[in-house]
Amino acid sequence: MAQNVVDPIKKTKILQALEDQHTSVNFTDPLENDLVLNMGPQHPATHGVLRLLLRLDGERVIGCVPEVGYLHRGYEKLAENCTYHEFIPHTDRLDYLSPLSNNTAYVLAVEKLLGIEAPPRAQYIRLIISELARISSHLMFWGSLGMDVGALTVWMWTFREREKMYDIFENLVGHRFTTSYTRIGGLAHDMTPAVETMIRDFLKPLPRLLDDCERLLNKNRIFVDRCDGVGKLGREEAIDLGVTGPVLRACGVDHDLRKANPYLVYDQLEFETAVYEGGDVLTRYYVRVKEIKESIKLVIQALDRLPKGDIHAAKPKNVLPRKERVYTKMEELIHDFMVVNFGGDPPVGEIYSAVEAPKGELGFYIYSNGEGHPWRLKIRSPSFVNISSLPAMVIGGMVSDVVAIIGGLDPVMGEADK
Amino acid sequence: MNARVRSLLETSFPGVPFEFSEFRGELTVVVPKEKIVEVCSFLKTHGETRFDLLADLCGIDMFTPLKRFGIVYNLYSLQRRHRIRLKSFVEEDEPRIASVTGVWKTANWHERETYDMMGIIFEGHPDLRRIYMPDEFEHHPLRKDFPLMGIPGSLDLPKK
Amino acid sequence: MGLEKALADSVLLTRLDDAINWCRKNSLWPMPMGISCCAIEMMAFAGPRFDSARFGSEVFRFSPRQSDVMIVAGTTTYKMAKVVRKIYDQMPDPKWVIAMGACTSSGGMYRTYSVVQGIDQFLPVDVYVAGCPPRPDNLLNALITLQKKVARGESKGTYPTVGADVSQSHPASSRRTP
Repeated sequence: MAQNVVDPIKKTKILQALEDQHTSVNFTDPLENDLVLNMGPQHPATHGVLRLLLRLDGERVIGCVPEVGYLHRGYEKLAENCTYHEFIPHTDRLDYLSPLSNNTAYVLAVEKLLGIEAPPRAQYIRLIISELARISSHLMFWGSLGMDVGALTVWMWTFREREKMYDIFENLVGHRFTTSYTRIGGLAHDMTPAVETMIRDFLKPLPRLLDDCERLLNKNRIFVDRCDGVGKLGREEAIDLGVTGPVLRACGVDHDLRKANPYLVYDQLEFETAVYEGGDVLTRYYVRVKEIKESIKLVIQALDRLPKGDIHAAKPKNVLPRKERVYTKMEELIHDFMVVNFGGDPPVGEIYSAVEAPKGELGFYIYSNGEGHPWRLKIRSPSFVNISSLPAMVIGGMVSDVVAIIGGLDPVMGEADK
Repeated sequence: MNARVRSLLETSFPGVPFEFSEFRGELTVVVPKEKIVEVCSFLKTHGETRFDLLADLCGIDMFTPLKRFGIVYNLYSLQRRHRIRLKSFVEEDEPRIASVTGVWKTANWHERETYDMMGIIFEGHPDLRRIYMPDEFEHHPLRKDFPLMGIPGSLDLPKK
Repeated sequence: MGLEKALADSVLLTRLDDAINWCRKNSLWPMPMGISCCAIEMMAFAGPRFDSARFGSEVFRFSPRQSDVMIVAGTTTYKMAKVVRKIYDQMPDPKWVIAMGACTSSGGMYRTYSVVQGIDQFLPVDVYVAGCPPRPDNLLNALITLQKKVARGESKGTYPTVGADVSQSHPASSRRTP
């Protein structure tokens, strides 16, 4: 609060109080005290609104308490009041760096509940968009980690690539990033050959451009010194803390849901999981760089094998029918009305479905009691659990490593706070 | 694998009234709330099951007069690549259950979230306080009797 | 007479107020209050394609003491509102606020218990940007609209700016926030 006008009498009293305060405190050794530092919700390097309370002994961190909830928007309560279809736009805003991945994850969960399987073409396209979302999210990670430790050029270069991806999404879906592209039983609309060409044209020069970024960072003395050995997490501790995704794979645990419990058509395509030993920030960086390269391979394989066909499953009670039939045929009109207003016809039961999102395991637990909207929808967000492992990584290190560790963890507060 | 887990639980905990159900290939076990920590540590350490990753822990408000709140544990085994679900119910007037932070450290934040949203108290939790809502908030938002748009006056705003 | 002819092309004559407002509008340094998804579009706005630096917003100062305009980008919850207000109060006058996106303008698609339905409930807002999230071009349009407003010398903040039409800005101009 700005206090421009200061009363001269008050000023003297304030100064007096300050002096009294100081003379009454007696430090035997000024360096014997801990400092409580608030790395507040508004901070250039906390990747969103994350608050960290750090207890410092000089420069060394001896205690850390993260505080989340500054972006709690009430998604789970909102889901209880929306039909399954109405919730799809909300899933975009969860991990807002890879919205297509969240769309796919949610729709797969609802389809598991309803017992529907999308047709092959829809599955291939969903795989392509999930992997493109992974590339987009990891490019953002690359740029932010570089920026956090001081390399600004990499951020500009990866953002240039991301802008090209936004062009692809705009041509495919209609919006740059909050897409809401998937639908229960399929997709909103088909992928045109023009978009396929755009994706191929984007992916062809990408490895060479990524090499440029790698050449700037991989052997850079400053980058390596700031990231190597920083934020180490042991293997058993990582599993116990529930950490998933690239952070877990950087601890040497070979766990990737795309290989362990394959969904979509991952079991028909060839790719490697990126697993490295090390557990520190540099290892996480290498894991994500490799994942981008594997994703490029996956997208090209999927584009080569893309089958022709329908993109909507033929389950009229739960899948939105196509608009041209809604306007011309009676049955589709009734189904459209029922699905939009009352939410379809799910069975009674509960499921948990998880996918390998760019940040980790994104899971949806849905309990349905037969109505068109879920009775309970719980979002198991990877960033929430990854942030809970921050104290284990940060304590014992220096305060300037905190920024690099958060950058290596790559949390997104939209999904951590739901 | 589901059948194996089921038989293991029945033989290792005789006399405990489990309820098993399967839906879409997933096994759900309803465990009485007194036995939850024992069952969890058994499932985590037993060589055949090894459920070492607690994927999710959440609360669910059934809104029934008896056994109103349920706590759902979604477990995953990295070795066996298998998932199961445990459920436990508590009453409305006594929403207390033992905490499983001793079994999996990740349960810490999940239980805090369940306490914040549902009001279920986890006994033995090292640091049970609110995680999403401000500390002075007095209600539990995910309960079915809390309105979606909130209660006016429950949260204060800075003056313009 | 002779002097004006001699200096015609090399000297510009104007009011001091207008000159100051011209300087202000061409060097609006934003303080990005990036909270959620709109922050990504704001970063794209600062990125290489929709360059905000060419409009004078050269640096995104993360310190409130060194910035002119606060771009609130993202859903503001009640918990975060206190923080946003604190940061706004720390900004020196004259200051402006751009409410970016649907969530800051009116609560957006979140009509829930924890979301403030529009930041104008606790902050004076100068420009509202529609969109979810608004395209960076849209934010650029907002910046240009704000620049026109600055050129007129208006601000919804606590201080009327130099040469302002007092009826346009906040009525209690000498009041300080409590």
